[in-house]
Amino acid sequence: MAVQSDVIDDAGPYDRAKALSAFKLGDVTFYWITRLSAISVLLILGGIIISLIVGAFPAMKEFGISFLWTQRWAPSADPPVLGALGPIYGTLVTSFIAMLIAIPVGLGIAIFLTELCPQWARRPIGMAIELLAGIPSIIYGMWGFFVLGPFLANTFQPFMIRIFDGVPVLGAIFAGPPSYLSLFNASLILAIMVLPFITSISVDVFKTVPPVLKEAAYGVGCTTWEVVRSVVIPYTRVGVIGGVMLALGRALGETMAVTFIIGNSFRISSSIFAPGTTISAAIASEFAESDGLHQSGLILLGLLLFVLTFFVLAAARLMLMRLDQKAGK
Amino acid sequence: MNFIKTIVAAGLVAASTTAAFAADITGAGATFPFPIYSKWADAYKKETGNGLNYQSIGSGGGIKQIQAKTVTFGASDAPLKAEQLEKDGLVQWPMVMGAIVPVVNIEGVKPGEMVFDGETLASIYLGKITKWDDAAIKKLNPNVKLPSEAITVVRRSDGSGTTFNFTNYLAKASADWKSKVGEGTAVEWPVGVGAKGNEGVSGNISQTKNSIGYVEYAYAKQNKLTYTGLVNKAGKPVQPTVEAFQAAASNADWAKAPGYYVILTDQPGEKSWPITAATFILMHKAATDKAASQEAIKFFRWAFKNGGKAAEELDYIPMPEGVVTLIEKTWAAEIKS
Repeated sequence: MAVQSDVIDDAGPYDRAKALSAFKLGDVTFYWITRLSAISVLLILGGIIISLIVGAFPAMKEFGISFLWTQRWAPSADPPVLGALGPIYGTLVTSFIAMLIAIPVGLGIAIFLTELCPQWARRPIGMAIELLAGIPSIIYGMWGFFVLGPFLANTFQPFMIRIFDGVPVLGAIFAGPPSYLSLFNASLILAIMVLPFITSISVDVFKTVPPVLKEAAYGVGCTTWEVVRSVVIPYTRVGVIGGVMLALGRALGETMAVTFIIGNSFRISSSIFAPGTTISAAIASEFAESDGLHQSGLILLGLLLFVLTFFVLAAARLMLMRLDQKAGK
Repeated sequence: MNFIKTIVAAGLVAASTTAAFAADITGAGATFPFPIYSKWADAYKKETGNGLNYQSIGSGGGIKQIQAKTVTFGASDAPLKAEQLEKDGLVQWPMVMGAIVPVVNIEGVKPGEMVFDGETLASIYLGKITKWDDAAIKKLNPNVKLPSEAITVVRRSDGSGTTFNFTNYLAKASADWKSKVGEGTAVEWPVGVGAKGNEGVSGNISQTKNSIGYVEYAYAKQNKLTYTGLVNKAGKPVQPTVEAFQAAASNADWAKAPGYYVILTDQPGEKSWPITAATFILMHKAATDKAASQEAIKFFRWAFKNGGKAAEELDYIPMPEGVVTLIEKTWAAEIKS
């Protein structure tokens, strides 16, 4: 026994230090691996910004800040005149209309799925939503081109044009002639495309509401509507807004489907039934055959989209912070 | 655009090394001749065992890549000016031709029934003529029943050689178009909706009533679109036929054009179709890989000699013999082996 205890006494302190340093090494390695992964995101992002700025520099020098509010896009004029107002307008308008449609519908589906839907129907509806997210955007574009477009141009748009004819403001927004390549058609397709983002994230966060909270609310006699409005939504606000922002990011940057059905016109028209263009559609259309200042202008458009998306997301964060502060009081 | 160039170049170096291993010729550029180049390549490989790897990345890309020496030949729908060729040490020649036709979708109007002239076409694309029963259109088509409906103008949204040739024709035919819009692969369109590619424009025209557009002749034919005739430089109305396209090419003055810089729109001759277009091949006079360069010339020589029928089957127009003889001379004189 004595021999054995000797061994333990001898080995003890030595092994302990070795084991500890091994742990420490493992920990430090793990720390650095994760840290490098995190830093790599910043490096990639920085690399993209720098190359965009380098590529866009000739156009920035040529057109300056007026690039932002010039509506003319004449790459073959002598000298070329390039302005981003048309694509910026189209990007904002299509995203706005898409969100206007997708947020209520998406939340509606999510609430129905988590609160009201009979158990047996949840999976099929849930899977249908996920499937919507899986459809490639070019398929949406083709569907918009061959199916939705003709329907809108022949049925829906003439109807809206007739209804609002002569009404101030609205009359100009819904002005003819109907066309199946239009801002409105693109907005509708975008709305369908971003719907799954809003819905599936909302469903996930709605599921995190502790049942006891809802049961308590039902217990004091709340209706389903009141439970959703006063318990579920406030509890999951951050998550829902996160989903909406993700959807908005997709809507701002979606390229292929939009290029197919927006009509690619750089002119701004008051009517949403007129053709327009978005930043990403303009780049996708013209980049392959562009050179010199024209290409630089397209890269500058890309930089603008980058900045635009950044500001939209930053504004959303800020809004979220304000909401949290209010809730804190 | 250095960073893009580097990426493209890196990709191409990788592609071309594997290609060289298989004794293949590499080319890149215009999308318009892609079907015929691949058909020729296929037949050529069967005959000689030598392959051709052609990437249809667009005319602009083709020019950039031949300048960067990443391919054996570049292809472009718009020719380079002689000074530009000289600067980069390039040789250029027309390889095959196509034509662009106006297409319309008006109820009751059949292919070839209507006719336009350049001035009227320009006015429609400028938005000055907005209805089908406009006096100018009626005057050209006294026997066609035209509706009093708004014209939906359709054009390409992507930068393209088709647009370059179409706007080039309008600029030659109308001073107003020249000063207001000009010519280019992508221009500042005053009116109209833009659709992607020839397919997009054909699809759009066939679905939209009272529309007008322009497409490659092959697309109009294959999609059974209602093409129209055009009044040519000699003042004669012509229909889009292979004879009319070849007439335009034959009447062009190739011999006097340095670097074959001839744009085939609005050519003289009573039978010439006004919007005919050649697509061009670009090669270095002194290529770094001389073997590949020689191999490519062999292929092009073979294509001129044996490829005419295949071209016609795909609705392309072979270069007239006189022009081919000129090109052979150019090869002998300018390309160093």
